[in-house]
This record gives sequence, structure tokens and C-alpha cells, in this order.
Amino acid sequence: MGRYVLRRLLQMVPVFLGTTFLIYALVWAVPGDPFEGKCGERDCPESYVSAMREKFNLDDPLLVQYGKYLLNLVRGDFGETSSGVEVADRIADTFPVTLQLALVALLIEAVIGIAAGVVSGLRGRGFLDSLVLVSTLFLISIPVFVTGYVVQLVFGLQLGWIAPTVGSSPSFGDLLVPGFVLASLSMAYVARLTRASIAENRRADYVRTALAKGLPDKRVVGVHLLRNSLIPVITFLGTDLGAFLGGAIVTEGIFNVPGIGGLVFRSILTKDGAMVTGLVTLLVLVYLLMTLLVDLLYAVLDPRIRYD
Amino acid sequence: MSRVRLVPILAVSVMVVTACGGSGGDGAGSSADAGITIFNTEPENPLVPGNTTEVGGSRILDAMFTGLVGYNADTAQPENAMAESIETTDSKLFTIKLKPDWKFHDGTPVTAKSYVDAWNWTAYGPNATQGATFFSQIEGYADVHPEDPDGADGPQQAPTPTTETMSGLKVVDDSTFTVTLTEAFSVFPVTIGYEVFSPLPEAFFKDQKAFEDAPIGNGPFKFVSRQVGAEVKLTRYDDYEGDDKPKIKDVTLKVYQSRESAYADLVANSLDFMEELPPNALAGKKYEGDLGERVLQKETLNNQTIAFPFYLPPYDNVDLRRAISMSINREEITQLIFEGSRVPADGWVHPLTEGYTPNQCGEYCEYNPTKAKELLAKSGYTGPLLLLSNTDGGHQEWAEAVANSIKNALGLDVRFTPSTSFGEFRQKVNAHEMTGMYRAGWIADYPSIENWLTPNYRTGSSSNDGLYSNPAVDAKLAEADKAADADEAITLYQEAEKLIAADMPSVPLWTQNTIGGRSDRLTAAKIDPFRALDLASVEVG
Repeated sequence: MGRYVLRRLLQMVPVFLGTTFLIYALVWAVPGDPFEGKCGERDCPESYVSAMREKFNLDDPLLVQYGKYLLNLVRGDFGETSSGVEVADRIADTFPVTLQLALVALLIEAVIGIAAGVVSGLRGRGFLDSLVLVSTLFLISIPVFVTGYVVQLVFGLQLGWIAPTVGSSPSFGDLLVPGFVLASLSMAYVARLTRASIAENRRADYVRTALAKGLPDKRVVGVHLLRNSLIPVITFLGTDLGAFLGGAIVTEGIFNVPGIGGLVFRSILTKDGAMVTGLVTLLVLVYLLMTLLVDLLYAVLDPRIRYD
Repeated sequence: MSRVRLVPILAVSVMVVTACGGSGGDGAGSSADAGITIFNTEPENPLVPGNTTEVGGSRILDAMFTGLVGYNADTAQPENAMAESIETTDSKLFTIKLKPDWKFHDGTPVTAKSYVDAWNWTAYGPNATQGATFFSQIEGYADVHPEDPDGADGPQQAPTPTTETMSGLKVVDDSTFTVTLTEAFSVFPVTIGYEVFSPLPEAFFKDQKAFEDAPIGNGPFKFVSRQVGAEVKLTRYDDYEGDDKPKIKDVTLKVYQSRESAYADLVANSLDFMEELPPNALAGKKYEGDLGERVLQKETLNNQTIAFPFYLPPYDNVDLRRAISMSINREEITQLIFEGSRVPADGWVHPLTEGYTPNQCGEYCEYNPTKAKELLAKSGYTGPLLLLSNTDGGHQEWAEAVANSIKNALGLDVRFTPSTSFGEFRQKVNAHEMTGMYRAGWIADYPSIENWLTPNYRTGSSSNDGLYSNPAVDAKLAEADKAADADEAITLYQEAEKLIAADMPSVPLWTQNTIGGRSDRLTAAKIDPFRALDLASVEVG
């Protein structure tokens, strides 16, 4: 187990290098001068552009630029944006908010998704099953921005039950609605995944054995059936947390959540290379750690899985 | 082995979150101690006036600084603010006297030196400010800001300046200083209302980093706090000496991820002001139903034109340019696409500017397909035409409509060629790589007739990207620059516009009205001609 974890951690190094290099190269390869249009309708003074090019090492060959960037990164220095704001500070400000949002979404997704999946998987072909199938189909077919705007319009503006946007430092309560919107799509997938898994395992030998032994239904479903059926679901949930962290751009935009999503989006628009690379580096790390965690969870759910 | 018991729960979560609306609905406060929240975007630069030319930072600094000259919120006309008087006899040497008793927010007095030091600092090359070029007319600018021998992108560095101060700036006494320009420029007093000309306190030169974190100004509002990416809080400066004293106490400039989310807050009354509504609210005049009498409209100092690359035939042919202008149905396009929020233009100078002459463009800006065809025949051109524009910022629809209008009127093959980003588009414009006529526009730096003409149409000017050149226009503009008094200058600039009109170096399309909105709480609020909230006008009921 310890060796497996170590091996996985070592594998992260080339993945980390590869992804950050790609991102770095792509960000600075986007067509258009990053200092064009920065000074309004006029062109920026040459001295300003020169100073900025110097600051971001833009006159060096790409590999040298990347090398310098990486060297700073390893020392824990994420660099500064062109507006003189420390990238690390901005990440420290926004990351907790997005993490909070992602956790709220994950919780909603897991609780509602798994519950709906179990119920419909156990019944099969009943009213509840059809209800779950139809409602998940409905959720899957509408894009997040539509769900977001509709929720904001109906509950925020017409009914006035919620504030249309969240404040500058949102609490967990504020994040319930955006979290729900963010989770809606994956929730449907989780429900369907759980349903299929449960329906399949329901007829497995070990379930029949457990029932034959006279165990109560609650225990058969809760411990024997669910534990095996959750393996694909856990995989999905794990990678989904990573996706939530990086992919909350639309939801954060609609509800004005001051998190990573909006920051990434704005930084790409303003060609803030230092910020984009820093953020993506962080997201890559989150993804890598989440997949590792998911792989380790397998063993907890199914003791037959060994790592040697 | 631990036993994990997962009992399925049918969770029916009802999420009724009644988070506080944030509009502070106590309603008891009169204007005097009221606070308002207004829309902002994240500043792109450190908060120093000389280094801020974009909108997000300007909104904050405009409230915090008052320069020598201010612009009237209704008419855009320049008025002395901190300047007691600005005098000149030859439009080359200006003597500026300051009003007494003004203080910065930290209690130090605003003196002539505060201005001179600030201007020198902003112009100094190695400080790499965004506003440096605004000082290029002052004598000695070339010494503090030497040109980079191979341009900003080249490997060579600009030489280090020999001096840190411009020879054209001299402090006479605490409240007087003189400015000498390299060339006579009669409009100079109008230009210095722009915020890069703001004074800076001693504290800035001692510790620049501390100043950027908590800027100290001399304007009606002082800095309280900033949460990067979220908001900036300002509060009224009670010892403010200016005439534009605010009636409200606190202002929070809130950063929004998108205009759409801000609009939702505005409709719900949790945001107090926004100067330009998002496209989804403008479409089909949706805002009228949402906001009712809370809609604010104001004519602003910008225009839209089609520019021509004079380096590329056939666009250097004046008859073809006139034919193109006469084949555009401005009236119909402004109504259909902009719901009337654009006004068809009849010249190159904006109607809000002093010296604007109606109908300078004459019949050439009127829709007349028959005459357009005649002019086209005269030009002898029969090939295809291209219209280029960036499509971010909502330019696609009208550009397609204009291309169609030309196509239908002239019977030529006219195609619209989009670029996806403004940056990429500007780069091609600057590099003179345009393959056809292209979208252009101008937002006035300062409200003067000169600013609509010189930057765009004088040979070699900063924004004359199409390389238009007419020695007669250049001579007339230079003559106007040298005029001894403002009235004479305006007459000469008007003559220059007439000369420009004969060449049709660009096709004027329309000028813009901004459509904004306010919350229920504000009983009075005005948008100024620069598309910002006039904070002095705000009253809370």
C-alpha cells in the first residue's frame, strides 16, 4: 500500500511537468499581443510594453521562459499578474470559496443522486423508477447555464425567495442554490450509474446468499449490495470534484460567486498568463490527488482489490 | 475492519434560502449617511492615476481624485476644478494657479509641487506607466522618455533617460506652476481633466507599494478598503473643497463576474447602479419591463465609423468611399439592430462637443442608392469589397447589416470578415495588414473638437491607422493648435473638418447612447457623457 502510494506520487511528476508546460505554451501562444487593448483605445506606451515583456520573460525562447517559471513555482512563488497582484494571494482568496461550492455540490450530488439511484434500482419498472429516469433525462438534456438562469429568474427575481447573486464572502447557506445548479447535471448521471449498478448486482450470488442467510433487507442493501455497487459511482464522484473545481465558470458567473471559475475566465480574457498557469497547475494537482484518493477508496469498498 | 453503514435516505431538500438582499432596507437614512453599491469590473492595474487607463480602475480613481479641470456632467464642457486660473498668451506657455486650502486625504496640502512631481513621475520612461504618452506635448518629454530604438517587441532596451524631470514644468510658488509645450497647442487646458493628470501626495513617492494598497487622493471620496476580485469601499471625504460635494456617504464598487449577474441584482434592487445594461436586457427592450422608470439614458462621447486602409487599392479612391457611405442605411440599422440607442452620425465630430457643426458630411452621409451607384460607376471599381471587424463586444450584427446594405445598394460582392478577438484585430490594424475596410470607433479622451480630428486624421497621428494623409488638413490642424484663443481654435478646427469631409477618410456611422439603470432607493442619479455615474448627483430617498 505505502509503495503503491509512493509510486503513484512519483508518477505525478511527469504528468505535472507535461500539463504545466502545455498550458504555459498555449497561454502565451494565443494569437494577439497580451498588451494590445490594455490601455483603452490608444496603444500602450512602448516603455510599458517593454517593462511587461521583461517581467514575464517574453523575449526569451519558450523553453527558457518555462524553465524560469517552473523554477519560481518550485520555490513556491506563483508570480505576479500584470496588475501587480500576487497570484498566490488571489488563489488563497478564491480557492476556498470554490472548494466550498464544490463540496456543497458534491454533497447534493451524492445524497440525492445515490438515493434516487438506489430507490429506482431496487424497484425496477415501477412508478418511482420511471420518475427517476424521466427527471434525470430532463436534467441531462438542459445545459447548466439554462438551469442557472432559470433558477435565478424564477426563485431570485420573480418569487424573491433567494438573492439573485451571492455576496463577496458567501457562507454555506448562500452556496446551496449555486451548488444545486452546479450539481444538477452530475446528479442525474450519479442516479443512473447507481441504478444500473444496483439493478445488476441485485441478482448476484452474494446477494442471494445474504438473503438466504436470513439477513434483514436493510442490511443486505446497505452493506452488501451498496458497497459493491458504489465502486463506479465513487470513481465518478471523485473526478467530478476535480471537474467542479475547474468547471464552475458558468455557475460562478451567473451567481457572481467570487471563486476560481470567474478568475480563470477573466484571466484568459485579459491574457494574464501567470494567473492562468498558476490556477491550472493547482487544478492539475487537485485532479491527480483526487484520482489517487479514488483508487485508494476501491480497497475500502472491495477488500479483494490489492495494490501490489 | 470497520463497518460502514450506508443507509439510503430519500432526501427531499427544500432549499429556501432567504439570504439578505444587501440593500440595507432600513430606509431611515436620508442621503447624508446613505451608502450605495455600484457596478464595477476588476481593475487591471495598480491603483495609481498615471498608470490606470482602463475602466475598472478609473471608476475608483475618478471618485478619489480631482484634477485641475473637470467636465460638466451634463454638457461635457470643461470647468476649472482645482485650478483657479489657466492663462496663456501664445498657447505654448501656460501659467496654472491652484485654489488654496486643498488637502489630500492624509492631511497634507495639495501644492503645485504635487502636480509637477506626479506628472514627471508618470512621464518618466523606466516607471513604465500606461499614461506616459499623454505628457508627450510637454517640453522635455523626449529626455525623460527616450524612444526604444527597435520598438517595444525588439531585443534592445530603451536608453536610460538623462534626467528625471521635464524641462517644461516649473514650480513658481506653492500655488503656481508653469507648463511649456514643445509646440503651441490651444486645446491643452481641456486635455488636463483626464485622470492621468491627477496630483500625487508626498506619501506616494516615499512608499509606492503602500500607496497602491491604499491610495490617497484629493477628491470627494477617500479609500476605505479593497477586497481584490470582490469590492472596493470608499467613503465621503468631509474636508473636500470642490464644488461637486457628494450627498451620500459610502460607495461600494462591487466587482461582477458578468454584466448579466449584475443586471439580475439591479432588477432585484440589491445593486444600486449600473451604467450599461447587458445585451440580454437590451434585446427586445426587455429592460423597459424589468426596470420601468429606473432606466437611465445618456448620450456618450463615442462614435462608430468604418475606416479605410489607404495603403490598399481600391479603398484609396474617394468616389468609392463616398459610394460606400451613401449605400449604408444608417436610419434603418440603428432602429432595427440597436433599438434606437444609436443616433445616425452626420459628421466626424460628436454632437456633444463644443464646435460641432451639424451636417458636416452633407449628402454623403445620407442613404441614396441611386447616387451611390453613380459614384461607383465614376470610381470604375467592380470587384468585391471586404468589411473587417472583431466580433467580441457585439459588433457582428451591425457589421453584417452594413455589409448587406452596401451589397444591396451597389450590387457588388460585399463580404463581412470577422476576427474573434479585439486584441488580435487591433494587432492587424496597427501592423497595417488590413485586407479591406474595417470597423473603427473613437471614445473621446477629453471633450474637445480637436480630439475627434487630430488623433485620427492627421498624418502620422497615434490612431491614424489607415495612413490617411492630406497636407492641407495637417496644415489647418497645426494652425488651429497654434490659435491664441479657444474661439479662434474652434473655427479653425471646423475648417479642418470641412477639408476632411471632402476626402471621406472614414465613414461616420452613428454615435452612441448608453442605457443604464438604478435601484428604487436612488431618487436621483445621472450618467455623465463619459459613461460613468456622476456621484455628486446621487440622492437616496
